[in-house]
Amino acid sequence: MNKVQNNKAWWLVLPVFLLVAFSAVIPLMTVVNYSVQDIFDQNNAYFVGLEWYQEVLSDPRLQDSLARQFMYSGTVLLIEVPLGICVALMMPTRGWTASLSLIVLALPLLIPWNVVGTIWQIFARSDIGLLGYVINNLGIDYNYTSNSVDAWATVLLMDVWHWTSLIALLCYSGLRAIPDAYYQAARIDRASSWAIFRFIQLPKLQGVLIIGVLLRFMDSFMIYTEPFVLTGGGPGNSTTFLSQTLTKMAIGQFDIGPAAAFSIIYFLIVLLVSWLFFTTITHLDKDKVKEQSHD
Amino acid sequence: MTRNKRIGIISYSAFVLLPIYWLINMSFKSNEEITGGLSLWPQDFTFANYQVIFTDPSWYNGYFNSVYYVVLNSIITLIVALPAAYAFSRYKFVGDKHLFFWLLTNRMAPPAVFLLPFFQLYSSVGLFDTHIAVALAHCLFSVPLAVWILEGFMSAVPREIDETAYIDGYSFGHFFIRLFLPLISSGIGVTVFFSFMFSWVELLLARTLTSVNAKPIAAIMTRTIGASGVDWGVLAAAGVLTIIPGILVIYFVRNHVAKGFALGRV
Repeated sequence: MNKVQNNKAWWLVLPVFLLVAFSAVIPLMTVVNYSVQDIFDQNNAYFVGLEWYQEVLSDPRLQDSLARQFMYSGTVLLIEVPLGICVALMMPTRGWTASLSLIVLALPLLIPWNVVGTIWQIFARSDIGLLGYVINNLGIDYNYTSNSVDAWATVLLMDVWHWTSLIALLCYSGLRAIPDAYYQAARIDRASSWAIFRFIQLPKLQGVLIIGVLLRFMDSFMIYTEPFVLTGGGPGNSTTFLSQTLTKMAIGQFDIGPAAAFSIIYFLIVLLVSWLFFTTITHLDKDKVKEQSHD
Repeated sequence: MTRNKRIGIISYSAFVLLPIYWLINMSFKSNEEITGGLSLWPQDFTFANYQVIFTDPSWYNGYFNSVYYVVLNSIITLIVALPAAYAFSRYKFVGDKHLFFWLLTNRMAPPAVFLLPFFQLYSSVGLFDTHIAVALAHCLFSVPLAVWILEGFMSAVPREIDETAYIDGYSFGHFFIRLFLPLISSGIGVTVFFSFMFSWVELLLARTLTSVNAKPIAAIMTRTIGASGVDWGVLAAAGVLTIIPGILVIYFVRNHVAKGFALGRV
């Protein structure tokens, strides 16, 4: 769409600007301020430069939780994106079953995050939980509170349960936007269902998948509440992710300087990965358009 | 093919519903029964767990608090996001692209990062432990998303409609409220759905910014863990009650969900 140049439009965005400035810029500046000072009390603060950053970056606890975090986000994306696409392809398209499956799928998304943790706690415990009970009766020794592999599997399963619906619903709405004529043409060409998926559906899903992967990356990278409720980060530190390490540092130990430096690094990592992903995808897109125009 | 699809979607739905069924099952059992042994259906059906919640103000006030700040958040979000989304969809202005991207980066900020500064900021302006503080804090996530969604829906409305309205002598305010908003009503529904969703489910900030008067239900739930162990029955009942508002909201927007999740830009 051709837009009109008009700087008066700033008046329309001013409320948003002020609101976000109040709730984002001021806090962020506070964090930056803390991250370069050593604060003893209100009147005694010393400028320490990048010392906190160096300390934080060489802290093995943080390196560990960063590695865990990347592994977690990666696994989550690898499972949820293909599964979500499959579920979207299987969803009925009309009638009451369509509404019903929409409601069922959207359900996990609207449950408060700590309740999600609670649900899985009740569901997976080996003494009172259905899942834990069934697995143990199958002869597999399963206890997510004492075995770190089990804890990981449970947290992953919980995340899949919680968030695959988001990808599925995004893809579902993407699929609904494909005109029937495309499918008719494919039927005339006797295209296999794989070919229909690969050459009609998948390209049309690209837009929503970018949004989906970005949202899933960001949210899984910031995950706090669900594992906190389910495993409390344990056993040991095996399911302690970045947010939990940070919260422990800032509120538990009140190490404001290092916590602030860590916050900035954390935020930058999320920004950087999101930006890299976004530009790669849009560049691929541009190359494709170029190729097609050369043909 | 269709048979396989049906089996697939039914088994996935079962996977989604199974943990929820277990939670509901638990909420109608007494604690002795829960810890005593496994049963697929409450043997000794009881409403006692729900009774605990409905008769204790410190319990049910938690629900009112949560609903209060969630509604407040949705209203604030809509009021500021509507004009901004209109500006982004219709006009070019100095710094528009940067501003748009900057808004989105706020969605990428880990809440844990903002924990401490939020606490200090809202304490210093005397808003600590008020509903408005939580609503404003949640705006950090809901506003960027709302602007993004609404911009998509507004861009789908052709410009000619605006121009015709001006030629017909409508003022901007009149046109915007009477003509334009009805055209993007499904977009507004979807926006409310998303602001509701992210505000209702968030706990970390809500818990940090409140102590007594505005404490959300999700934070109150932690008190079921007492010296004598966990009160599983009440915990499950409280969990079940937090799911209900979500179901209501989905039910109302179910016809817009397909369009809405594409954020208006497929």
